[in-house]
Amino acid sequence: MHSIEVDQLGKRFPGSARDVLTDLSFALSEGECLSLLGPSGCGKTTLLRLLMGLDVPSAGTIRRAPGLLEAMSYVFQEPRLVPWRTCLENVVLPLELTGKSNATLRERALDLLQQLGLADRLAHFPGELSGGMQMRVALARALITQPKLVLLDEPFAALDERSRFRMQDLLLELKSRLNLQYVFVTHSISEAVYLSDFILLLDNTGRARDWRAIAFSGRDQLLKVTPAFNEVVQTYTRLFLEMEAGNPDLNIGGVRG
Amino acid sequence: MMAGARNLFVEKLPAWVFLAILLSVWQGVVAQGWVASYLLPSPLQIFDTTVELWPDIAAATLSTAQSIAWGLGFSILVGVTLALLFFAIPIARRAILPFCIFFQTVPIISIAPLLVIWFGFGQPTVKASAFIVSLFPILANTLTGLQETDPHLKELFRLYKPSPWQLIAKLQIPSAIPYMLTGIKISAGLAVIGAIVGEFIAGGGLGSLIDAARTQQRVDLVFSGVLMSSVLALTLVFLIETVSRILLGGRPYLRKS
Repeated sequence: MHSIEVDQLGKRFPGSARDVLTDLSFALSEGECLSLLGPSGCGKTTLLRLLMGLDVPSAGTIRRAPGLLEAMSYVFQEPRLVPWRTCLENVVLPLELTGKSNATLRERALDLLQQLGLADRLAHFPGELSGGMQMRVALARALITQPKLVLLDEPFAALDERSRFRMQDLLLELKSRLNLQYVFVTHSISEAVYLSDFILLLDNTGRARDWRAIAFSGRDQLLKVTPAFNEVVQTYTRLFLEMEAGNPDLNIGGVRG
Repeated sequence: MMAGARNLFVEKLPAWVFLAILLSVWQGVVAQGWVASYLLPSPLQIFDTTVELWPDIAAATLSTAQSIAWGLGFSILVGVTLALLFFAIPIARRAILPFCIFFQTVPIISIAPLLVIWFGFGQPTVKASAFIVSLFPILANTLTGLQETDPHLKELFRLYKPSPWQLIAKLQIPSAIPYMLTGIKISAGLAVIGAIVGEFIAGGGLGSLIDAARTQQRVDLVFSGVLMSSVLALTLVFLIETVSRILLGGRPYLRKS
């Protein structure tokens, strides 16, 4: 049973002369996690927004398992917290808006914040928190509705390496403990390989350049220093360089920018 | 706290020194007889007059303060209500707002005689005058605040399919608060002008005190009246800031930068 199935998807914004996404097809089964890789402007965020239903495709279809759309949540590139709401109030916002607020779920919000190391920051306003903390609050807010599928748009891009590692492991833990499925946009090859069951590599015309399964027996940060892991990372580095070679317009420095 | 108070003192010190110099020079010029005291009374003379006629001045100030409080209070009530109405019902905005703008362009001094015809001499006309001049800035600013909600936050809220009412209560009104406060502060200054102008024509309060003093060539008393009206305006701004700080409970309702 596919949880999400994308068929010949295309997207062109009104008034634009070029396609952001072209003829994209892939399918994910329940529980499978996907990373989207590709140069800046290749349509990763657009694809994520289409999956969430924030925008409509110009061609092709997206099929979601019945009831999945209601059980999806989205983490933006920046924490996007409501500045006048405290940490805890930000996390329970989705409950208030969907009218599902009750004692059990509020308890869950406290639980989540505790797990994310924010137990002593409940009454703080976003402006009083570090970038890493704000992102954790945003993650708690995305998880409070108990989603089956979370879409994350480069959520850890602005974090320091240590916070980044912690957030990555947290995501993997949620995946195994809650059977959480996610689609993850990133600029980091290593992060994509570490976090996903599949990687979709887009070229800068929004076409699928590569799709492959990533399998490791277990995942912790030490995996990143094993030859098997680095072999996969190298494969992608080569693919990136090949795409560059076919693209005289871009220089190497622009690849990850 | 002490350090804060001292810093504030150091910060404001040049202004106090300048004021002292100004008053000394003024006093000296008048005492030397370089300017006739019936044209420009000395600061000490103004002070003496204020003390001597304090019961009358205080009664006039109180009456003006009441008119300002009524006029401003009513325009906050009506202005915010209209802003919400115009925001919720765009057709109402398009139908009525142009007339509000037209109304705003009519000088208060030219409507004041009409107000006297309608409301008679005394406080009712003065209150109406203060109300009319202070309505528009509150209405316009609040409406702008409601319309200029951060699009990123709006997108976040949309994820949870809120009702229009939820969007207004939890996003648009909080976003409009700083704009509304700016509007109220602008209106506070205007309400003082509106009240004094109203009193020139309808009688009562500091307006007629100043007017009567003028006809009696009591320039010192005119200065007392002017002094009291600026004391009123300053007190009003201070009150608005204090009350809003208490009502907002330290929540950072910030204008997006």
